[in-house]
Amino acid sequence: MDLKFIIISIISTGIIGVLLGVIIGVVAKVFAVDVDERIEKVEELLPGANCGGCGFAGCAAFAKAVVAEDAAPGQCPVCSSSDVENIAEYLGIEAGQGEKRVALVRCSGDIPNTVRTLYNGIRDCRSAVVVQGGAKGCEYGCLGFGSCANACPFGAIEMRDGLAVVHPDLCVGCENCVSTCPKNLIIMVPAAADVHVYCNSPEKGAAKRLVCKTACIACRKCVKASGEEDHMLVDGFLVKTNYENPPAPELVEASACPTTALRQASKHAANAYQGVSK
Amino acid sequence: MMSEFLVITVGAILVNNFVLSKFLGICPFLGVSKKLDTALGMSGAVIFVMTLASLVSSLINQFLLTRPFVIGGREMNLVFLQTLVFIVVIASLVQLVEIMLQKLSAKLYESLGIFLPLITTNCAVLGCVVINAKATSPLQSTWYGATIYGFCSAVGFALALVLFSSLREKLDLAQVPKAFEGTAISLVTAGILAMAFLGFSGLV
Repeated sequence: MDLKFIIISIISTGIIGVLLGVIIGVVAKVFAVDVDERIEKVEELLPGANCGGCGFAGCAAFAKAVVAEDAAPGQCPVCSSSDVENIAEYLGIEAGQGEKRVALVRCSGDIPNTVRTLYNGIRDCRSAVVVQGGAKGCEYGCLGFGSCANACPFGAIEMRDGLAVVHPDLCVGCENCVSTCPKNLIIMVPAAADVHVYCNSPEKGAAKRLVCKTACIACRKCVKASGEEDHMLVDGFLVKTNYENPPAPELVEASACPTTALRQASKHAANAYQGVSK
Repeated sequence: MMSEFLVITVGAILVNNFVLSKFLGICPFLGVSKKLDTALGMSGAVIFVMTLASLVSSLINQFLLTRPFVIGGREMNLVFLQTLVFIVVIASLVQLVEIMLQKLSAKLYESLGIFLPLITTNCAVLGCVVINAKATSPLQSTWYGATIYGFCSAVGFALALVLFSSLREKLDLAQVPKAFEGTAISLVTAGILAMAFLGFSGLV
């Protein structure tokens, strides 16, 4: 092959390369977008879980909002308090610590305690609920196929005997599970409150007991045990914890709930109530 | 002219579908087909890039690479540099589009942005411009014919991707034998889809 030919090829390829490089360089200068370098730094300090618990689209969007001072660093539910302080210190702004909230599955009806029917369909709560509201005697309880556990990016929901159990120490309060549950069983409660009623059925006590051993029958023992204080609220045939004024953990012992629907979240997560119900 | 146009469009979208009968662009086909909305975003980006790349590289091919010149009494051209030049041109084109998009249309950038770098050196895009460069049909050898072919191939890619991602969304809920779970059943499904598209062969 002719040497000239080789040189022509090299030169023409080189010219194309240099030309494209120059064009990209010029365009990058002309179309440069000003990016605040603080946004990147704040994003680095954030956990990067992109859970959406702060109410923004992800960690990048939250970092943008924090730098623009539309949000406080404390709104991130995943950050530990030292992480939040680091970010606040870096930007020189207030940390704005928010109250920690965790998810609560308002049902304690696991397989040994409930009446169930046969279900051979898709193993997903949202599919199961389409078929006659799911294969459980109680129409209001946890279906137990773990759609919420799959939605949890932090592994804070354990499926135990066909019941979703939240581990409050792992839960960061991102609320991904709340919208997943087709029974709307999951609510966000203050992490400081440890005593909850693990039942969501508005039916009469007798009707509930037919299908579930651990239902709240609204016997009001816990209401009486809390005395003058408004720790527990009665709502029809269901008692609920008053999260404005939550009871101390001793209430569970003191009230001796006959169905063990009244539980401590920490002990419930540690499987302390298995086989306790009468 | 009209029939040739039809041959290009129908041929590129259905009969010689890029993914399902030419087996080009398989990695995004498997990679971003888990959800329908990411598949749609990727399809948009591919249509955008492939049309532009076909246009630019057919112009370069026509006016630079295939232009003959004489050295020492022999006529020569630079066609052998095709792959090299096309890759460089496509890569910088995508870069340019990305930079300009970021400034001009933040909304479009957000929906296409993450997919653009993915297709910088995608084989479907390169395959498309190489097929254009080798085309024998008079329409496809022109720059507008090449652009139409690029657009239609990308639409064919988008069609396959959207169909496949819809199938995969359904597959997520199906009870699949343990050994076939995940990628295995996806590949089996892709094979069946490709066989279904074989039914179009002989159409043009």
